[in-house]
Order: sequence, then structure tokens, then C-alpha cells
Amino acid sequence: MKVLMYGWEFPPHISGGLGTACYGITRGMATIPDLDVLFVVPKAFGDEDTSKVQGIIGANDISIYNKKIRYSHMSKQLDYIEVDSKLVPYVDPDDYYKLRSLNVGDGYKYFQTDEKGRFHFSGGYGATLLEEIRNYAVVGNIIAQENSFDIIHAHDWLTYPAGIAAKEASGKPLVIHVHATDFDRSGGSVNPVVYDIEKRGMEAADKIIAVSNLTRNTVIEKYGIPADKVVTVYNAVDPIKSEFNHFSPKGIDEKIVTFLGRITMQKGPEYFIEAAYKVLQKMDNVRFVMAGSGDMMEKMVRRAASLKIMDKFSFTGFLRGQDVYSMLRMSDLYVMPSVSEPFGISPLEAMQSNVPVLISYQSGVAEILTYAIKTDFWDIDAMADAMYGVLNYPSLGKMFAKYGKEEVDSLKWENSAKQIKKVYDSVL
Amino acid sequence: MKNICLYFQLHQPVKLRRYRFFDIGNDHYYYDDYANESNINKLAHTCYLPANKVIAELIKKYKGKFQVAFSISGTMIDQLKIYAPEVIDSFKALAATKNVEFIAETSAHSLASVRNIDEFKRQISHQVKTIEDTFGQVPVVFRNTELIYSDGIGEVVAQMGFKAMLSEGAKQTLGWKSANYMYCNSIEPRMKVLVRNYHMSDDIALRFSNQSWSEWPLTAQKFKSWADGIGGNEELVNLFMNYETFGAVHSQESGILEFLRALPEVFLTDENYAFVTPSKAAQKLQSVSALHVSGTTSWVDEERDLTAWLGNEMQNEAVDKLYALAPLMERCTDEQLIKDWQYLQASDHFYYMGTKFFANGANRAYTSPYPTPYEAFINYMNVLSDFAERLKKAVPSGNSEVEALKEQNSQLQSQVSNLEKQLVKAGVEPKPTTRRRTTTAKSAEGKTTTTKKTTTRKKKNEE
Repeated sequence: MKVLMYGWEFPPHISGGLGTACYGITRGMATIPDLDVLFVVPKAFGDEDTSKVQGIIGANDISIYNKKIRYSHMSKQLDYIEVDSKLVPYVDPDDYYKLRSLNVGDGYKYFQTDEKGRFHFSGGYGATLLEEIRNYAVVGNIIAQENSFDIIHAHDWLTYPAGIAAKEASGKPLVIHVHATDFDRSGGSVNPVVYDIEKRGMEAADKIIAVSNLTRNTVIEKYGIPADKVVTVYNAVDPIKSEFNHFSPKGIDEKIVTFLGRITMQKGPEYFIEAAYKVLQKMDNVRFVMAGSGDMMEKMVRRAASLKIMDKFSFTGFLRGQDVYSMLRMSDLYVMPSVSEPFGISPLEAMQSNVPVLISYQSGVAEILTYAIKTDFWDIDAMADAMYGVLNYPSLGKMFAKYGKEEVDSLKWENSAKQIKKVYDSVL
Repeated sequence: MKNICLYFQLHQPVKLRRYRFFDIGNDHYYYDDYANESNINKLAHTCYLPANKVIAELIKKYKGKFQVAFSISGTMIDQLKIYAPEVIDSFKALAATKNVEFIAETSAHSLASVRNIDEFKRQISHQVKTIEDTFGQVPVVFRNTELIYSDGIGEVVAQMGFKAMLSEGAKQTLGWKSANYMYCNSIEPRMKVLVRNYHMSDDIALRFSNQSWSEWPLTAQKFKSWADGIGGNEELVNLFMNYETFGAVHSQESGILEFLRALPEVFLTDENYAFVTPSKAAQKLQSVSALHVSGTTSWVDEERDLTAWLGNEMQNEAVDKLYALAPLMERCTDEQLIKDWQYLQASDHFYYMGTKFFANGANRAYTSPYPTPYEAFINYMNVLSDFAERLKKAVPSGNSEVEALKEQNSQLQSQVSNLEKQLVKAGVEPKPTTRRRTTTAKSAEGKTTTTKKTTTRKKKNEE
């Protein structure tokens, strides 16, 4: 079975959980015999690609090209196609008009290609995300025509139009994978354009995979999708890479409570700060750390300053790679007070590092974890209570760390991949 | 007769390096040596040395008629000694001419005057000593960090024995009054207050090289004609500015040094003018009135108040958390910690956290080593967290007062037992020993009463 998979990001160029999840899923699938994945992403990052692409483009066209990357730890090759939508130096007004007049929402029925399979493409013209999504869909259609496969799998709303386009081009079944909905990202005030793209994707799909029951319910209730069409497949977590073995020493005697993630409304950073404030009224030997960056960071810095807790509260900025694991190893408690988290891989990473975790009921990962402390995101009293407990009664933290590690080690992408394979089988 | 009082300020903070969260507890060095060295070297060669040369020439040429005043923060003196000792030598040479006055300020260029008066006094004494040791002068005039002034601060400074203090001619305090008179502090009228003429000072300090300014180019003659326009009775024109004006704010190519060179020529050819230093002005001129400054003023930004350093919650938090360590610092004897304590107090760190983008945002962006005020705040708090940890380790924790009282109590007890022994030797039996011991132990805080009791008892026994 061959899968044409549309994603938006792929390691190492990731900005959030989506890239990590896609990578995990493809790795898991690599363990299943006779399952090949053809992975498409919109953006090329390699420096060698730029030179090549510019050499091919000529005046105003761009070509798709295939590139094979060998992953030494994988039993098979993963075809990895890069479609660089940002490298169109010039589009003549006539072609641009033709492309703009396409009715992209209806599935890209009209487009021009030359005899070599190259096509006119206006991708780089508009800087907006929506335009890139449309262009990606155009290319998605081409790719679907040029490759043979049995099933299409599209990850998150950015790639739904491409998935729909591919389905129209090939007639093959479409599975979409809902890692998040706009209800999670916006906190309820959805962007109607995004909602529309999401809903079209869900309606066009033959089967929908949701990353948790929380997300599955959103899909059913908010998008009006029949329940039997939506299947929950939980994410998993990769074992910690052995290359991360040099850790910054913990130079602080204080206990450390960590928030690690994007500092955005969805992640509930303000509840972390309010709970920290409550804990600091009761105990002194603790430091709270907010690791990450995001559009609410400046507001959070000001809030912590006005609560006068900045001698016990640190911001680290965005952490990557080694620093993430250094941070986790120093931590005595990891807190994810997400307001709406479809899944949430990062608490699993904390548990792998033997750190007890406190998560909100409003996160999908809460459905599968037993050895995690759970509170409502808004219940800062309960959160402060739990923080105080773990910090002051060591046996509690030890228990969560020990059994949590066992629990998280049993979550494997292979299992997720097997469940996804079952979904494929059900639509073929 | 109009007196021109020229005063120049030199201060540069010891800039902090990027101090990450992971450095807390692991790395106790906070400074960006490269940035500090290149900053001081650049200023020394574009500004301090060439301008000092011009001033030395002018003093020689006008034989005592041209006089200026400087203040150099302790932090700046430290940095000059390390990175550009030739600048210190050139100031020493200026001091030797007797026509240059060095005035005192806070050694750390700190905001201690608005947060911790004890620390403020300590820094002044420290700075007075540094000036005396370095330049052989004992300062008698004081200027506070960034010309921060209020009646209360003036009172403290007056009580320390200073004859005069500098302040900003802020509109909110002067009102209809003119800056061009000598004033005095409203609480301690013995101390005179020199008020900066900000129009004329900023004509040089801010606007000199601005080609879109209607008065550009500014010549010494034109500048004198403005001074001529000041009312006949007004007797003092205070031109206070950063020394970086001459070569750094305005490049040498703008002609700023030629302007400085021409100033004494145009003023001293007119008998109506004389140059004075602040202390000479305070000697020569009587104060016309008390200056009432109930709020706090400074020479920074359009508002001329404290909001450049204490304008938002981040700045207040950082300053409060810093000065919360002051009681521990009093008991600290570690030299490195004391140095760090000084450098961390520089007002510049808090200035970088300012969010008043609109008025002087361009200036702030130019001077701040941080991309945003938030990063300035986070970096500073990381450093402060490490500093606080070190300080707590260096100074034994626990309630200092209780400990001090306990110690006093034990001393008293040993005194008592000594006296008892003496009494025994003298042949007198001290009767109520057991009872008294319990009272002494009980009343740890009631040391005075215990002492009284013992003394009265002693008397009785002697009788």
C-alpha cells in the first residue's frame, strides 16, 4: 500500500507539535510491511535546493522535483517531495490573472501544464498563508497525477485543500488527520475562513482521524460530521535521542516548576503565573520557569512583574534541542495548563525525563495518562495545591515520576501507525 | 554680569552579557567585556581625549578665566582605569590646573536616592573618597544620578555637608520662575541649588548637529546672542550636559569641538560674562528664593521625571527586588559581591526596560543593547536571581535582629556572672540567683529592663 501524505512541516524545521507528530507517524509506518509513504511539504529549507530550483525555473515556472532521503534507522525509504512555493521570481500578469481566476475552493479543475509536467505557479506572489495554502493545493493536484498511490492522508487544515485536490485528481480515498481545530487555536472565536477550509476538508474526507476524544467531539459537534466517520488515534512519543546527553548542570538549590511551550492563549500561560503566585505565598524555595516564546510573552512578563514574583520566576525564551532536555531534567514538576489542547506531546517528553506532570483536563493527552495530576485549566487553586503537594511531599513526585515513565514508555508510534493502517483498510 | 556655568557628566554602565536561565547558579560573571571595552575605547578616542585636549588648551589660553566642572561616576572611573587609563591621566592633568572642579554623585549612578537613603549616603561617601583619591579634590557640590532632585533628596545632601546641588529646570517646578538665578533648598536653605537651563543646554547637547533644526548651524556668536537676550538681572546660565556631546552625540565633523573652542572667546571678550564652576557660583551668588520641588524631577525625557526608570511594572519590580537585597548587603564583606552590587544598581539597566517608546524611543533604541525592553528585563532578572543566591550564601541567613539580640543577651549574662564572681570574692552571697536567671532568659527582647534590674540589685548587694 502506498500513501500520499501531505504535511506542512517536517523535522528539523518545525515550529510546533504538528511536525513532530507527522515525523512520528511516518516513522511508525515504516515498521509496517508493504506500507510506503510519499511525504509532501510546501517549504524547502535546504540550501542546495535553492540553487537547483533557480536553475530550473527559467522565466516564470517552477518544477516539482523528487528527492530521496535515506533515514538510516528506517527499514525503507521515504519519498520526500519538496514543493517550494516561495521561489517564483516573476509571474507575468496574464498568467497571474489566469491563476487568480481559478476557482480554487472547488477543487482545481483547470490548470495548465506544459509537456514536461511543469506548470505555471504564482505561489511566491502572495505572502499570506491562505494564498500559500491554495498554491499548495494546486501543486497537490499535480503531484497526485504524477504519482501512483492507494490512499491520501492530509495533516491539519493547511493541507486539507491539497488533500481534496489530490482526491479529485486521482479518485483515491482521502483520510484527514485532525491535530487541532481552530476552536483550540482561537479559544472559541474561530476564523470563518479557516473554519470553512476545515469543514470542507472534513466533509470531503472518507475518514477522519482525531488525535483525542476531545478533538473527536469537537469535529462531531462543531463541524457537524457523522460520528462513525471520526476515529480517535492517539499520538505517541519518540524515545529521547541519545545525542542529547550533555546537560547543563542545575546550579540552583531551589525546586523548579516548568511551563514549556508556546506562550499563546491556547496554552494557558496566565493560569500558570497565577498558580505560581499562590504557591509563592506559601513557600520560598521554588523557582517557576516559563520556557518558550509566543505572542503572549510580553503580557506574561508584565503580569509576573506586577505580581512582584520576578525574583522567583524566570523566562528563558525559545528553547530547542539540547536545552529542552536540560530544562526538563532540572524540573521538579512540569505543568501544561492548556485551555484547549487536542493532544499535547510535550508532557510525554517530560515524563520520559522522569518529571512528574500536571496537565489540564482540557488536553487530549489527559485521556490516556493515568500517572499525571489533572486539574481544570481555570482552577488555579487546585493547580497551586497540586504544585505545593508535589514540591513538599517528595514521595508524591517520586511516585508520579516512576510510574509515569513506565506509562509513557508504553506509548509507541508503531501502535499509532497500526491503528492508522486499520483506518486505511476500512476505506479501501 | 552673567555667569556661565559649564558642567559635564561622564557615565557608562557596565553592560551585562546575555545571561541565560541556565547560567543561574553556574556562572557568576555578568558582564559583556567586549562590548564594555569597545564602548569605552570608542568614547575615549572620539570624545573624552579630544575634548579634554581642547579644554586644557582653553584653560591655558585664558589663564583661569575659563573654568568647567565634571562629574565622573564611580562605575565610569572603574571602567576608565581598566580600559582607558590615559583618560584618567588627562583628567588628572586638568585637575592640576585648579580651573576644573569635580563634583560628587552616587558612585553607582544609581536610583538609591528614591529607594534607599542609607545606600544613597553610602554611595556618596564612597564617591567623595574616590574623587579625592583620584583627582586630589574634595567635592563640595553634589549632583544626583540623571539630575534627580526633590526637596527631600536635597535635604539629605545638605545634611551631608554639601554647599550646593544641581537640578533640572523642569517646567513643573519652576513654573513662571527663571532658571537663570541661584536658588536654595526649601528645607535646608543653606544649601544652594543650581537649576539647569535646559533650552540652552539642549541647544548644544541635543540639537547642535541637527540639520533640520531652524537654527542650524549653531555658532558661538549666535549662542552668545541668545545669552544676551536673557533679562538683565538674571545672573547665571547653567549649561549642564553629558560629556559625550563633544564627539560622540555630535561627531567631530559637525564642528562641535570648534564650537567649544570658540565659546570662551566670544563670552570673555564681553565684560558682562564670566565662567564659573558650581562651587564658585554658590560662593559668589545669593539665592533669590527657595526652590520647592515636592515631586521628583530629572533631566531625562520630555516629562523630566522618574518614568524613564520607574515607568512600568517591570522597572518597578526590578528596582524593588534589587533594593530588597540592601539589608543583606549591609552585612556582606565579599569584594566581588560588593562590586556586582554597585554595577547592578546603574540606572541604565532600568532605562533599557522602559516602554515609553514614543517620545525618546529612537534614543533608547540607540543606547540599549537589547532588542526589546522585555529582553532587557528578563536578562537583568536572571542576573539578579544569581546574585541574590550568591548573596544569601555569603551572608548567613536567619533573622538578623533576633540573632543580634540573643548575642547581646548572652554578653549581658556573662557580665552578670563576672560581677557575681567578684561579689563572691568580696565575700557577699548573691541570693536570688536562680530566680533572676530565669527572668533573664525569658526576656530576650527586654534587655534594658534586665540590665536595670541587675544594676539595682548590684547596688543593693554592695550596700
